[in-house]
Amino acid sequence: MAEEKSEEVELSYKQKTEIAKWFLLNSPAAEIQYIAKDLRSVLNDENVYKEAASEAFPLYNKSHLICLELPNNTGDVLVTSYSEIGENEYLDPRTTQVAIVDHVKQVCTEVRPATDEELPSAYIEEFRYALDAQIQKYVGEAYTKGVCAVYCISGKDVEGPGSDFELVVVISASKQSPQNFCNGSWRSIWNIEFKDDVQGLEIRGKLQVDAHYFEEGNVQLDAKHECKDSSVFQSPDDSAIAIATTIRHHETEYLSSLEASYSDLPDATFKDLRRKLPVTRTLFPWHNTLQFNLTRDITKELGIGK
Amino acid sequence: MEAAMGLMRRIHPKNTDMALSALLSLLPHHSSDLLSQVDQPLQVLFDVECGKEFILCEYNRDADSYRSPWSNKYHPALEDAPYPSSELRKLEIEANDIFAIYRDQYYEGGISSVYMWEDGNEGFVACFLIKKDGSKTGQGRRGYLEEGAWDAIHVIEVGAEEEGIAHYCLTSTVMLSLTTNDESSGSFCLSGSIRRQMNMDLSVAEGHLCNMGRMIEEMESKLRNSLDQVYFGKTREMVCTLRPPFEVVQMRLPDS
Repeated sequence: MAEEKSEEVELSYKQKTEIAKWFLLNSPAAEIQYIAKDLRSVLNDENVYKEAASEAFPLYNKSHLICLELPNNTGDVLVTSYSEIGENEYLDPRTTQVAIVDHVKQVCTEVRPATDEELPSAYIEEFRYALDAQIQKYVGEAYTKGVCAVYCISGKDVEGPGSDFELVVVISASKQSPQNFCNGSWRSIWNIEFKDDVQGLEIRGKLQVDAHYFEEGNVQLDAKHECKDSSVFQSPDDSAIAIATTIRHHETEYLSSLEASYSDLPDATFKDLRRKLPVTRTLFPWHNTLQFNLTRDITKELGIGK
Repeated sequence: MEAAMGLMRRIHPKNTDMALSALLSLLPHHSSDLLSQVDQPLQVLFDVECGKEFILCEYNRDADSYRSPWSNKYHPALEDAPYPSSELRKLEIEANDIFAIYRDQYYEGGISSVYMWEDGNEGFVACFLIKKDGSKTGQGRRGYLEEGAWDAIHVIEVGAEEEGIAHYCLTSTVMLSLTTNDESSGSFCLSGSIRRQMNMDLSVAEGHLCNMGRMIEEMESKLRNSLDQVYFGKTREMVCTLRPPFEVVQMRLPDS
């Protein structure tokens, strides 16, 4: 049996790289370094590994919204597609610094001050700053260890009223507990469109929660949710309070719906896969199976049943 | 090989198929090790003659054909294929009949197959398989699940009988995934696999089938319980660690 399968068709360099990238990109939250270590030894080819890692890590880091410590102790920077300035450069608008990032090592190696062109106008910054303050307050209260940032992703050079712009709130919380064989992450992305003409705000949220427990097994939770809301375009401070309240409301509701999904498991959802007890509510009568056969023979003979 | 198993332990259960075929192509000389150590989702074939589906696994396979436990024929037909002895086949038939009733009582649907073969040491090996599609489009009675799959593989090695006692070694794997999806709460998916072993020395007075059945029943209940209580519970704990429910935050405030 084994022989048929070991007709060794040597994979091309490109095929190997693609496979390696697939493994890295499909690493569970906070586990890419472990996947990388095992993958490296399975591949046994440094060139393939290096090429795959250089392509996969930046994508993984951005989609997992990883948080890196700034080297000068001024805080953290989130690696996201919204804060990406160059290939390895990520803006931290709170400290107006740009972090230079080593994607594969997942560390921030240096920082430099952001240039004026990289930062939003004074008008936009008022909105961004106010919202950042409110979100920081919310995240500090609601998350055990959450990191957040607010970026302007369109219209950052708008100088005053009369034009639309868009801010995005990113919240990322992750927990690694390898000694308990458990890892998890919570990621929220909230887009807020400031519509000048209708004096309204459109709010869209994308939430993603992952958890992985792997002591003598491999069980993963992945939950996703999207929602929408709207508000009124007000002063920077009032808009910020309204947006933060909306986000808090939706995230709290979402957490309750996750709790509800878990509570439904034992008696509802899980039951559709396998019951805790048989329909008869007693253990299966293995000692009495001869009787089953007789009953079935009779059923068959009489032509009743299925 | 250790690193490959490390990868399988971490990669998302929904990607098991893809990960396994990737590893097979990277490590062709480990293919038999990989195939025996990594459990894959179960496939089924239809036995036209008996009008019933049966489950495929390594234990009813020869070349590219699979033996149906209902008609005892290979699909597609195969010459010189191995069959259990007529005595063992008798036990296999009985096991399939009884196990189908057991399966129906616990699973309210699903497919089951039992295969047996001689192991060369006067004992024999039996493999009990169950596959259930619990989605609302499948056999989910209550209709809660967008998607729901349960695959159970139980392999029992039965040792030779000595003074009325036989040794039973059961290795069981359950692979499952369940997804609920609705507008207000989005998609919620739990998936995974666990494998456990159980050894027992039992009197054969009531027959092998009775002993094997009881062991499987006990094991399935244990696995279901630990998935429910331990494994799902741990992921729930993790969510609450990341973003505690409001009440917890309130209680924590005085300390800080």
